[in-house]
Amino acid sequence: MDGLSPRPGEDAPALAAGPGRVVGRPVTRIEDLPLVRGEGLFAADVNFPRQLHMRVVRAEIAHGRIVSVDAEAARAMPGVVAVWTAADVADIPLIPFRATKVRGLEPYCQPVLARDRVRYVGEPVAVVFADDAYRAEDAAETVMVELEELPVVLDAAAPPGEFAPGHDTEPTVVRKEYGDIDAAFRSAHAVVELELSVGRHSGVPLETRGAIARYDAAHDVLELHGTAKKQHWNRDEIARLLGRPPQGVHLFEGHVGGGFGVRGELYPEDLLVCAAALRLRRPVKWIEDRREHLVATNHSRQQSHRIRAAVDAEGRLLGIDDAFFHDQGAYVRTHGARVADLAAGMLPGPYRLPAYRVAGHFRLTNKTPAATYRAPGRYETTFVRERLMDAIAARLGIDPVEIRRRNLVAAAEMPHARPLDALGTDVVLDSGDYEGLLDKALARFGWDAMQQELAARRAAGECVGAGLAFFVEKSGLGPSDGVRVTVDATGAVEVVSGAASVGQGVETALAQICAEALGVDYSRIRVVRGRTDRIEFGNGAHASRVTVMSGSATWQAALAVREMALECAAQLLQLSPAELTIREGVVTRADGLAGPSLTLAEIARGRGPNSPAMRGQTPGLTAERWFWSDHMAYPYGVHLAQIRIDAGTGGVTVERYLVANDIGRAINPMLVEGQIVGGLAQGLGGALLEEFRYDPSGQPLSTTLADYLIPTIAEMPEVDVLIAEDAPSPLNPLGVKGAGEGGTNGAGACIASAVDDALRRPGAITSLPVLPAHLRALLTEAP
Amino acid sequence: MKPPPFHYHAPRTEAEALALLAELAPEEGRILAGGQSLVPAMALRVARPSHLIDINGLPGLDRLEVGDGQLRVGPLVRHAMIRRESVPGPLGALLDKVRGHIAHLPIRTRGTVCGSLANADPASEWCLVAATLGGAMLARSMRGDRMIAAEDFFQGFMTTALEPDELLAGLHLPVLPEGTRWGFHEFSRRAGDYAQAASLAVLEMRAGTIAAARIGIGAVEDRPRRLPEAEALLTNRAPTADLLRQAAAEARATLLPTDDDPTRPALAETVIRRALADAAGIELP
Amino acid sequence: MTEAPDATLAVILTVNGERHAIRVEARRTLADALRDNCGLTGTHLGCEHGVCGACTVLMDGEPVRACLLFAVQAQGRAIRTVEGLAEGGELSPLQRAFIDNHALQCGYCTPGFLMLGTAILDRDPDISDEALVDALSSNICRCTGYANIVKAVRAAAAEMREKVPA
Repeated sequence: MDGLSPRPGEDAPALAAGPGRVVGRPVTRIEDLPLVRGEGLFAADVNFPRQLHMRVVRAEIAHGRIVSVDAEAARAMPGVVAVWTAADVADIPLIPFRATKVRGLEPYCQPVLARDRVRYVGEPVAVVFADDAYRAEDAAETVMVELEELPVVLDAAAPPGEFAPGHDTEPTVVRKEYGDIDAAFRSAHAVVELELSVGRHSGVPLETRGAIARYDAAHDVLELHGTAKKQHWNRDEIARLLGRPPQGVHLFEGHVGGGFGVRGELYPEDLLVCAAALRLRRPVKWIEDRREHLVATNHSRQQSHRIRAAVDAEGRLLGIDDAFFHDQGAYVRTHGARVADLAAGMLPGPYRLPAYRVAGHFRLTNKTPAATYRAPGRYETTFVRERLMDAIAARLGIDPVEIRRRNLVAAAEMPHARPLDALGTDVVLDSGDYEGLLDKALARFGWDAMQQELAARRAAGECVGAGLAFFVEKSGLGPSDGVRVTVDATGAVEVVSGAASVGQGVETALAQICAEALGVDYSRIRVVRGRTDRIEFGNGAHASRVTVMSGSATWQAALAVREMALECAAQLLQLSPAELTIREGVVTRADGLAGPSLTLAEIARGRGPNSPAMRGQTPGLTAERWFWSDHMAYPYGVHLAQIRIDAGTGGVTVERYLVANDIGRAINPMLVEGQIVGGLAQGLGGALLEEFRYDPSGQPLSTTLADYLIPTIAEMPEVDVLIAEDAPSPLNPLGVKGAGEGGTNGAGACIASAVDDALRRPGAITSLPVLPAHLRALLTEAP
Repeated sequence: MKPPPFHYHAPRTEAEALALLAELAPEEGRILAGGQSLVPAMALRVARPSHLIDINGLPGLDRLEVGDGQLRVGPLVRHAMIRRESVPGPLGALLDKVRGHIAHLPIRTRGTVCGSLANADPASEWCLVAATLGGAMLARSMRGDRMIAAEDFFQGFMTTALEPDELLAGLHLPVLPEGTRWGFHEFSRRAGDYAQAASLAVLEMRAGTIAAARIGIGAVEDRPRRLPEAEALLTNRAPTADLLRQAAAEARATLLPTDDDPTRPALAETVIRRALADAAGIELP
Repeated sequence: MTEAPDATLAVILTVNGERHAIRVEARRTLADALRDNCGLTGTHLGCEHGVCGACTVLMDGEPVRACLLFAVQAQGRAIRTVEGLAEGGELSPLQRAFIDNHALQCGYCTPGFLMLGTAILDRDPDISDEALVDALSSNICRCTGYANIVKAVRAAAAEMREKVPA
């Protein structure tokens, strides 16, 4: 009974289908109490005595050679302790990225402060450290940056320009191919070709970024607070870049005010506060303001595609050939080329596709660097693929629902392996009944009856329509995650995970899984996450991986503790473990008959380090388990929308919306529904409102929340959510697939389809967001 | 996004406030009323007043009074204080409707009507109301009071006829006679956002014909203004769907939008047509 | 007029019934003063330019954006923040309803929505659906998609009506 060594590959019993005692139930969250009382600990809430405030001086033009940076005036300002420029941090290497198979990106990484060129408006050029945030901002204003303007590249589809001498703005082309694509087009009944684009938007969490570093000289530990998402990788890289051992760096996660992919990556400011805390020997606090956030935190999504499909006479796909241009912005950030890679790997989605070729041109531009945002590469390619399906339907005169039925991978074909990879793993659709879910969704939405209503409304002069989009998500990115479950001598249960929380309910979900396995009250379990000082390894919270990976590890670790507790109790109670069970933290007879019992606290005390019975063993009622996975689990779903266009204004009202999503198993249906509806709000934002716009010189135009339009409650439709559990994943003991991204994934595609339908012009929408001015133009053009 | 430093003044009387303003205006001194436009501008450091003269503590400036056929809106009347029950007749109903389009609840509880007028954003609903109804602004300084008619007050994008030492001490609006018909329509991207086009139409009806028409457009040109060609077209005519459509089309042809969105005139035509239709009680898409 | 603009002023803030004597520059916003000078970090800053509503607090019972007021302007006014909602350790009906209806995910917008919702229910617990949507459109939530926030406000309204029969 070694409680600490991992046992890779160990088979844990699977959870029976349907709700358990607490798994599968819509229980309230254990996270909520401090958050509703104003007792949360977000980045800006972290303070240390003697702390300094850092303010970043940012580039004000999109591309230029740095002639000089004059900080003399700033250094003389009241309260200013130091001002740094690139020369002061020349020893800190470029910020790295998490490696994939894509090569050649290293020269395109970002320095913590611009060295000889600035490449986007908002790039850090200098930093001011002062005793007060107001005074730091006053001083930063006086830093004079002299720049010599260079030509800007703003269109990723334009011919590449120069990034640096010897390096053009296309570091790589992501290519994937299988089947005989040329033969597919030669034998096609019809070829459908489209040019499509998705606008630049991003996560824009309500909490901006923040980083507070402190050097604890007594223990020789550098602490970084305000972290999120990827603490262990970030710890290792901060340690390496600053020349410290990883054990001497600890990252702490408090509350995180929304992640969505953009929070918790390693950004220049994280390294700057760490370096400053070490050198200035005072705690250093940096809180991003909103205007900074909109030019400094990762953007996402911007791609343009030139896609062709070869189809037979029945509308069946023979092949897809896509070339796309991925607008990476000014630097390669910590994701490397992941979004382009995911776009290329996930584009085929739910359809049977005999041949496929894609070339993803990964291009740098003079805009804010881009990376992942909820459903990265899928929001974009679902839009592209579903636009293509609608176009095929229109070309061949086939109903848009029918064209999808003919092409969906059938349940009997699962698991369905594609000769493709994404995120370095082979794409094997693990389980699914795609057409079954489509039928359920159409029935629940009342699709056929709605078509008649819409026809009647159109006859009365209204501009109304309906659309659909099918999507396949991915989740549970491996390779591993570990969890340690411990019952202490008071019977309190703690789950320590290498995962992180960005506010999505990780603690509750892991507590439910642990409670189910161990037979304790979920609401009294303490879940520790996002802390490098409590667990040596972790892969964080991204790619909808936490419930799958950390959830499975929690299940296995809690079962191991259960087994340990039952064996101990069996010895003491003179029964066999099989005759015992655990209810509410008490080991009792499983048959319900009266008899002696033992609490988990008593068993934990019996396994204490001073207990004579433990001699020669590792003490404690604890187990650490690691869950390993080579393949991702693929959730899937359907978006359906009914919309109205105000023909006089071009305004779009989403009247009704349904998201149907099969996620294998819902650990907590209430949280799953919350993820889907919240994800949809972001998807609709990208479809109708949100866009980072630039003027022709590369000046950003969306630099306040009055210009970057996030949906309010007034823009949200009535949303119905259909959570399906028809296709549990065979890849993990819980059968779960991730639920974080399905609500977002299909929204752009679905809205485009519905707008086309309302306009009665198939193919009218070729870009996102769909803006009122564009619709007004379409409505006034002769059709 | 912390505001730049400034000297803060909290005068106890209006006279003291005017004296401070006279003294400090040459040094970029400004009045602080609701602050719902000025403070964000300071947070963005695009406004950098060296002195703020806070009038929020001054007694008697939050009066909403009716007399001599006029509604007088004091400088500390918050958006939220404009309610149907506080102003008689059609004007009360009109202002109540317009208030509902101004920003959001917490902004309405703090921001002031006169502050919006002094800020003169071309998309401001109160500026449109003042321009359309022929309102007048009471400008007050140590030098005395003067009334400025709306058509003289709004001078361009966020520019007014107020002198730096003048406090906007009131908006005067004519009380509309019973039976006056009105319609207001605007289009914005999201609830509470500044409009992309807004129109107010006010019709005085006599025996089934339009005796007098006032039509205003906001958020399209650099300032709100009336549309005399369309007004003339309607006067002494019976309102029909065709006539209203024609008037809106006529108005559109006279617009000089400040942005390069080629569909802005069409949007303006829509809001004008709808404001007119609401005023005339005619269903018109 | 002779003092430097960055000189500090003595201000007394009354927050949740408690007096806080602080010294601040005139330019310090109420939000920053609550957070940094009074130590009440439950009031969050999401944009600092009056759009997102995360910093909504009540001033004399009215919802206001704490980022658009200077601390000095709040002297003599009764300020209520999220820390003042629970009475004697007992959550307010709206706080309870936010938990029961899963009206929060990351929790960053929550204090602002709780204060906005409290003001709405104080004024009119029978508020119409249309007026409720209009009032709640003041604040931005990036996580929930809002549906559960409306449910929570409705649930709290129902509970408050039961407690105080009309």
